[in-house]
Amino acid sequence: MTHDATAKLRAINFNVHYGEKHALHDITLEVRPNKVAALIGPSGCGKSTFLRSINRMNDVIEGVKTSGSIEIDGVNVYDSYVDVVELRKRVGMVFQKSIPFPKSIYENVAFGLRLAGNTAKSELDEIVEQSLKRAALWGEVSDRLDKSAMGLSGGQQQRLCIARAIAVNPEILLMDEPCSALDPISTAKIEELIEDLKSSYTIIIVTHNMQQAARVSDVTGFFYMGRLVEMDRTRTIFTSPAQKETEDYITGRFG
Amino acid sequence: MQLQDKRLFRKKRPRYGEIAIEWSIRVVSSVSILVIVLIFLFVFREAAGIFNSATEAGSTLQTIEAETAGKSEIHTSDNDDLKPEIYNPDSGIETGEAPPANLLPDLQVATTEASGKSEIHTSDDDDLKPEIYNPDSGEEAVESLISDISDKPLQPSKSIWQNLAGENWQPISEEPKFGVTPLIIGTVKTTFTAIAIAAPLGILAAMYVALFAHRRLREIIKPFIEILAGFPSVVIGFFCLMTVASILQDTFGFDYRLNSIVGGLGLAITVVPIIFTITEDALSAVPKSYREAALALGATEWEAAFRLMLPAAMPGVIAAVLLGIGRAFGETMIALMATGNAPLAEWNLAAPARTLAATIGAEMGEVIWGSTHYGVLFFLGALLFLVSFAINLLTEVFVRRRLAKKFQGS
Repeated sequence: MTHDATAKLRAINFNVHYGEKHALHDITLEVRPNKVAALIGPSGCGKSTFLRSINRMNDVIEGVKTSGSIEIDGVNVYDSYVDVVELRKRVGMVFQKSIPFPKSIYENVAFGLRLAGNTAKSELDEIVEQSLKRAALWGEVSDRLDKSAMGLSGGQQQRLCIARAIAVNPEILLMDEPCSALDPISTAKIEELIEDLKSSYTIIIVTHNMQQAARVSDVTGFFYMGRLVEMDRTRTIFTSPAQKETEDYITGRFG
Repeated sequence: MQLQDKRLFRKKRPRYGEIAIEWSIRVVSSVSILVIVLIFLFVFREAAGIFNSATEAGSTLQTIEAETAGKSEIHTSDNDDLKPEIYNPDSGIETGEAPPANLLPDLQVATTEASGKSEIHTSDDDDLKPEIYNPDSGEEAVESLISDISDKPLQPSKSIWQNLAGENWQPISEEPKFGVTPLIIGTVKTTFTAIAIAAPLGILAAMYVALFAHRRLREIIKPFIEILAGFPSVVIGFFCLMTVASILQDTFGFDYRLNSIVGGLGLAITVVPIIFTITEDALSAVPKSYREAALALGATEWEAAFRLMLPAAMPGVIAAVLLGIGRAFGETMIALMATGNAPLAEWNLAAPARTLAATIGAEMGEVIWGSTHYGVLFFLGALLFLVSFAINLLTEVFVRRRLAKKFQGS
């Protein structure tokens, strides 16, 4: 792996301890801008922990200690002067379970904008429409923006969450198993969406579905027991992995 | 095979115990419903007396007067004696029929004699018992007479409605005035003060405990606030009367030591736990993932709490506040002890106030059975009943509809 000056995201010897448990061991990886990076690995291997470390969502959990660094555009997000609220505005996140807020569809998408102090109606309208269009949801909800988001289907809800995340125009989009609760058709829509969003954002996606990783990602990292076993071009990982563990996992011999 | 099946099903036997329990549950619940309905009916019937007599007074009275024309000496003396000083010993002596306390039965004698139903006469001895309003004993006539008598000293044209709408509450005076305006103003004043203090305190405390406090801290704070709910209100009233009133007067220099702010503060002490408990439950029921999702969008903890968690719990919060209003509205002991209890038609919060509930509490013990005053007190009770009922209904409807709309989509 080469050290590339153009990397959007770079982790260097990054460690996470949950109390006594050493959850991540010396993770070092890079993701270039406008690429999709997939993180795969068996449950509990630390890939979600790593994802949540990027926008410091682990800060709120008690007893979490980190060392090493995660840099975005060369700035360590764990530096003391970094404002975590600003960081999270730059790094959007989509969760495994879709979490539509109990508000209207419009207000859901506008939530982050209002937090940022953006209240001009015309501007909000425009960004909400744009975000919904980019999330491929506009056509389905444009006539009922004022209706509750709780009435949407599971796949629509997840796309709404994506629209909500991209409305604040982040640079990096983190997706934590975004399709694990969805049917194949909704999954296909979201995968298409990821392909489209790639042009604007750097996307890091955690997935249990190896076909999905193979379909959507440019690079793939294999996590196992809190370590990054291997990270390379997706094609390389899936055709000729360098490590035996990776090959075993991909071919279904364990995990 | 077939034999086995039969054996399987032959074990059927009646479950007498369960049937008995089912039925006893049914009976108990229907009895409690019945009791509630009967209480409703009783209160409204007693309160309706004042209106019945007011509307029917004209016609009934005329006929009675006509019929009793021959015995006018009793009637007139009654009329004079039954002015506010209904217990004036003179009147009893003048009628020469009964000791002073028997004045009401006297009246009945007058009416029964007038209508020629002498057989009711025998019930005279029993009349001093509460069952003076036994419908059998010519209730309407008595009522109309009484109301007629107590109304008469006022302007003859003044109806009970006008009296009730008045600005003076002087139920025991030469001209009894039953203006409920000052009582309603007093109730609204104290309730408003109580909610203005209790709602922010209760909601913020609930937010802190549900969303911010450390788990160990929460387990200490929560039961302590909830213990307040079980505090005897007379103790809180006493505390306000003796201590809080003095402190507030020394601090703010109120003209009156006891006023609706002191009373409202006392009520707030009982209302805070209600608002706290229900709000805390509502906030705890909001999925924790909302908070995480909001934080991931760049919200601070407080923004997540105020912009997302609180609105999501809003139906519960509104229910909490409405129930708190209901409690403050109907609370008697604290209102009786700490508000100064003066029926002033004044919106000034620093002035004494008297609430509807406190009025009933204070005057019910010494009111004359069956007098207009008695009917008016029941009318106040009915008013309390209706408002509490309306608040509860509002809570129910609002919460149900809002919850349905919010969480099931539309």
